[in-house]
Amino acid sequence: MSHPMPMTQNRVSVPVTVNAEKCIADKGCTVCVESCPLDLLAIDMAKGTAYMRFDECWYCLPCEKDCPTQAITVDIPYLLR
Amino acid sequence: MNEPMIDVDVLVIGGGTAGPMAAVKAKEANPKLKVMLLEKANVKRSGAISMGMDGLNNAVIPGHATPEQYVKEITVANDGIVNQATVMAYAQESYSMIEQLDRWGVKFEKDETGDYAVKKVHHLGAYVLPMPEGHHMKKVLYRQLKKARVEVTNRFMATRLLTDANGEIAGACVLDTREGTFSVIRAKSVILCTGAAGRLGLPSSGYLFGTYENPTNAGDGYSLAYHAGAELSGIECFQINPLIKDYNGPACAYVTGPLGGYTANSKGERFIECDYWSGQMMLEFHRELEGGNGPVFLKLDHLAEETISTIETILHSNERPSRGRFHEGRGIDYRSGMVEMHISEIGLCSGHSASGVWVDEHAATTVPGLYAAGDLAFVPHNYMLGAFVYGKFAGESAAARASSREHVEIDPVQLAAERERVLGPLARTDGLPPAQVEFKLRRLVNDYLQPPKVTRKMEIGLTRFAEIREDLAQMSATSPHELMRAMEVHFILDCAEMAARASLYRTESRWGLYHYRVDFPEKNDADWFCHAQLKKGDDGEMTHFKRPIAPYLVPLDEEEKQAYNRLRIVKEAVAA
Repeated sequence: MSHPMPMTQNRVSVPVTVNAEKCIADKGCTVCVESCPLDLLAIDMAKGTAYMRFDECWYCLPCEKDCPTQAITVDIPYLLR
Repeated sequence: MNEPMIDVDVLVIGGGTAGPMAAVKAKEANPKLKVMLLEKANVKRSGAISMGMDGLNNAVIPGHATPEQYVKEITVANDGIVNQATVMAYAQESYSMIEQLDRWGVKFEKDETGDYAVKKVHHLGAYVLPMPEGHHMKKVLYRQLKKARVEVTNRFMATRLLTDANGEIAGACVLDTREGTFSVIRAKSVILCTGAAGRLGLPSSGYLFGTYENPTNAGDGYSLAYHAGAELSGIECFQINPLIKDYNGPACAYVTGPLGGYTANSKGERFIECDYWSGQMMLEFHRELEGGNGPVFLKLDHLAEETISTIETILHSNERPSRGRFHEGRGIDYRSGMVEMHISEIGLCSGHSASGVWVDEHAATTVPGLYAAGDLAFVPHNYMLGAFVYGKFAGESAAARASSREHVEIDPVQLAAERERVLGPLARTDGLPPAQVEFKLRRLVNDYLQPPKVTRKMEIGLTRFAEIREDLAQMSATSPHELMRAMEVHFILDCAEMAARASLYRTESRWGLYHYRVDFPEKNDADWFCHAQLKKGDDGEMTHFKRPIAPYLVPLDEEEKQAYNRLRIVKEAVAA
C-alpha cells in the first residue's frame, strides 16, 4: 500500500449569509437547499439553520429570492468583488 | 452485483430549457409513454435560465423577419459553416413557439398596438424580442411539466449512456448526487439537454465557479454523446464572450443596444458597428482590448436618466440579477462611468457559437435512439428559443421511436466497468481532491487553448491533459457531492481534449477569434469549407473527418458573405 497523501484544510470566506433569527429550517423548511443549482446549501441540524456548505457559488440568487422569510443574503464571492 | 434498474420509455437528461420542453412534447405526442426528466439540480431552478432570461435573441416574427433572412444571417455570422436545413427548421418553427410560450404565460414586450416589439441587434436583420419580466421562465415551464405529468427526478446525474450490440441507445447509468448510489435507467429513447460545456476554461478571477455559463453545465452531454459513439461537429469553434470583467456575466448589449448603449474603447468611442456576438466581433474586441485604445467598456453614461433606470430594472432582475450588487461594491454607476469589459474563458456552446453534438432537423444524433437539443446540439447561434424549438423536435422524435420499440438487455460488462469508474472515488480513502484536479486542468486549458491558438501550445496541452487523465483514477471523494464534482472533472477533461484535437485538425483560421490559428492565419475555403467532425473511433481513440456542407437552401451572394467581415468602424479619412 502506498503512503497516505498528506492533506490540509484551506479556510475560505463563503458568499451566502443566513440570518439565524429569520431562518425557519428548524420548522422543516428546506427551500434554499432545494433551489440551489449547485447543491451548496445544507441544514445545520444542531443550530436549526441553513448554511453554505461548499464554496462553489455562482451568485445566481435563487436561494435568496425563494427564501420565504428573506433570511438569505448572497454577496459577490470575495475573489470577484 | 445487481444494480437497481428502472425502465422508462423516454429519458430526458437535463431539465433546464430544452429538457422540459422535450419532456412535455414527448408526453403530448404519446400520453401513454413513461417520460422521465432527469436533472442534476432541481428543475424549478436549473440550467442557463435558472433566474430567467431578458429576451429572445433570435425571434423570427412575420412582419419583422422571414425564415430565409434569418438563415442567411446565421450562415454569414457563422462563416458559412452551417447545415442550413437545421437552421431553417428552427426559423420556420420560431414564431409558433413564441405563440406557444405566450399562451403558457411568458410575457414578451409588445408595442401600443399589441404587436411584438422587435429590436435590431444583429448586423443585418431584426430578431431581438425583449422579455422585461422574463424572470418567471422556470415557473412557466414547471407548470407545464406538472400538467403533462412528466416524472421529474432531481439531483441525479447521468455518467454514461448505454448502447446495445448494434450501437443503439439502451439507457443510461446515473448517480444519485445526494446519496452517492449508482443505478441504471433503461430507455428506448434518450434526449440530451445538458447545456454548454461551461466549466472548460478558468475565469481570469481564478474562481472555479465564476463562469459565464451556469457552472452546473460541465459539458456532461458532450462527453456522454462522445462515449456513446455520436458525431460531434465544430468543436474548434469555441464559445468566447464579451463580458463584464471579473463578474463574468454578459454586459447585455442586446438589452442596452436598442436603448442606445454600446461597446466602446477607453476613449468612449464605438469601434464595432454591431454588438451581436460572433467570432468576427470577438476578434475586433480582442484587438481593441490588447491595443492602445483598450480596455473595452460598456458605455451607458450618455443616456437619459429614465433610460438608465429601465436598463437597471431589466438587468438587475433577470438572468444574472446579482450584477447590480457587483457594480455597487465597485462604486460603478451607469450614469457616471463606463463598465470595464473583458473576454471570457473558453467554452463549448452551440447556443452562442457552433460547437455541438451533430443533429439533423429532427434533433436526431448519429446514434439511433439518441437525440439532442439546446446549447449542446449543433444548431449554430440557437439561443433559448432554439433550445425550445429543438426540445420540441427531440421530444416528438423520441416519442415516435419509443412508441414502437421494446427495452433491450443491458450489457453486464459495460455496466460493471462504469460502476467501478463512478464509485471508485468514494471507495478511495486517500487521494487527490477533485477541486484541485479541476483547477489544474482548467488552468491548463487557459494556458494552451485560449485563442489566438498556437499549434505547438495545443500539442503540449494534449500531453498535459494525458497526465491529468492518469490523475483521474487517483481522485477521492469524501461525500456524494464531491463525487459529483469528481465525475464532472471526467467530463471537463473529455471536452478539453476534444477542444484541442478539433482545433489542431482544422488547419486554417475561421470564425474570427473562435478559431484564430496564428500559424494558419488565413481562411482556406478550398480545403476547409466543410464541417469538421469528431467521434470515438473503433479503437477507442478520437477520430476526425470532414462532412461536406449540404447545398444551401438559401443561397448567398458574394457581397452578403462579407457582411460580418466588416464589423470594425472605418473612420473617414480627414482631408489634409
